[in-house]
Amino acid sequence: MLTRLLGLLALSAAAVFTLAPDPARAEPLRIVIDDPTIEPLPFAVPSFQPESGEAGQLAVDISRVVSEDLTGTGLFREIPASAYISTVSDFNAPVEYADWKAINAQALIAGAVNVTGNSVNVKFRVYDVFSGEELVDANGQGGLQFSGTVDGWRRMAHKVADAVYSRITGEGGYFDSRVVYVSETGPKDDRQKRLAIMDYDGANLKYLTESGSIVLAPRFSPDGNRVLYTSYESGFPRIYVLDIGSVQRRALESAEGTMSFAPRFSPSGQTVVYSLSQGGNTDIYTMDINSGQSVRLTNTPAIETAPSFSPDGSQIVFESDRSGSQQLYIMPATGGEATRISFGEGRYGTPVWSPRGDLIAFTKQNKGRFHIGVMRTDGSEERLLTASFLDEGPTWAPNGRVIMFARETQGAGGSSSLYSVDISGRNLKPVRTPEGGSDPSWSPLQN
Amino acid sequence: MKRILTSTLLISALAVSACTNPDRFGADGMGGAGANAGAGANAGIVPGSANDPTSTAYFQQAVGDRVLFMVDQSTLTDAGRATLDGQVAWLQTNSDYQAVIEGHADEQGTREYNIALGGRRANAVREYMISKGISASRLKTISYGKERPIEICSEEACYAKNRRAVTVLAGGALTS
Repeated sequence: MLTRLLGLLALSAAAVFTLAPDPARAEPLRIVIDDPTIEPLPFAVPSFQPESGEAGQLAVDISRVVSEDLTGTGLFREIPASAYISTVSDFNAPVEYADWKAINAQALIAGAVNVTGNSVNVKFRVYDVFSGEELVDANGQGGLQFSGTVDGWRRMAHKVADAVYSRITGEGGYFDSRVVYVSETGPKDDRQKRLAIMDYDGANLKYLTESGSIVLAPRFSPDGNRVLYTSYESGFPRIYVLDIGSVQRRALESAEGTMSFAPRFSPSGQTVVYSLSQGGNTDIYTMDINSGQSVRLTNTPAIETAPSFSPDGSQIVFESDRSGSQQLYIMPATGGEATRISFGEGRYGTPVWSPRGDLIAFTKQNKGRFHIGVMRTDGSEERLLTASFLDEGPTWAPNGRVIMFARETQGAGGSSSLYSVDISGRNLKPVRTPEGGSDPSWSPLQN
Repeated sequence: MKRILTSTLLISALAVSACTNPDRFGADGMGGAGANAGAGANAGIVPGSANDPTSTAYFQQAVGDRVLFMVDQSTLTDAGRATLDGQVAWLQTNSDYQAVIEGHADEQGTREYNIALGGRRANAVREYMISKGISASRLKTISYGKERPIEICSEEACYAKNRRAVTVLAGGALTS
């Protein structure tokens, strides 16, 4: 009975996951990301139509960024323009589905760009070529348009790509987002560090601090406008909050003779959870970011650090060596009894709660290797996504599907750089930065 | 001839290491008033040099300014306690000095944990010195975690030197 049931489940799963270009299929165009045997979905994105004289180059550039976003996920494959039989010459004209079927483009993205002064308007539609229908979002909405400034044109492209990704995968997008990280230069014994912010794909990079003092582990506020980080600029590690727009910073309250580090915002943005080290002992505290009032959440002789809130703000996951080695624990956001969730071989650190709430990403050390992994919030279904000499510090894409982290190479000439990987373990790839990088923090989707 | 050349090289190598050995990030206390405090105490000794027993250079090289730790440990070793006994005696004689004890970790660990671990190591040194009679008010601690290695290979030979607590002298008569 059980066997028959499993057989049925496997059969129906196979049916849902199949992406063969079958003109007769009834299912809408859909990538199920968790399918382990996924093949990239072929799509075409002819250069968007310029609808004003100045829009020509932008129309080309925007369609290129849309394509790079989609292909960068590893879930999509672009059919080159050289293979096109026909093209989209008018955004409002009917689509010649047969011409796109013939080159096996399963999705067709058509768009138009209008520039007026410093304003840019981008319209787009996505078509399911084999069913001959326009793809709509969860609300039945078909074509969409976005407006912004000419300087911010890449964001328009990312918004289009996010919408396409969402319609085809059923997941939220993550392209219209930014990453703040520690930019690194110099050898290991003279490493210079400064905070940098960039678009998720490495574009529009800007430095936020000078490299005169050590800076560590920047973390975005829930609204994406501020960053918490640790700096040694006072001579001792202290937590600072920096406004990204004005690049103004201030130190949070801290007592003489203590070190504070490893800060993260609560989902409300009003509270900071962090580690405070005093007399050799490190515990977890929260602080009201406006009043500076702090509350101690843990009180053991062990090292408690790397705290991260659940997305609903009710719990905190953190690491502690109270058992004798680094392990992961969850406690109520107000402190109290903690439950250990990591039980595998090795040591576990730097837990980060997924924005979807379902998973916790972590760094694992075992037998001289480092791994980035994920587990359910009860510690079950642990999966390691990477392995190297030193991988550390995962951060979640806003949709909870992709993780960015830092990889340091071995030896005297070792350096650190940023990588991303899908939570399926697929699509491991470097993130483009002009210098070395560590401690990435991925922003929420921008508004 | 060859032997002479080798000896010369050895001596100059020692001289270089004497200059560079003190943690470059922790050498802020070098020079300072403590150097002058010993002037004239002993004819023929250059004040502030490693031959001047009241100098920071002497503390770094003759007394020994650092203790090492086992992997993931903050317990002082016998050798570490012996070094610290020397540091305590020196600090008792040179009572104008204060010290910042810097805790460090090797690269085999996550960043936040290593800051906490370096804090444990620095505190183990501080507590030991206090237990031997140094006033707590003269001793501060800081941890650099794995941010400031002095050896850069990815082997135990380097890691062992990076798992350290360095006593960095500060102030002397300047701050009193």
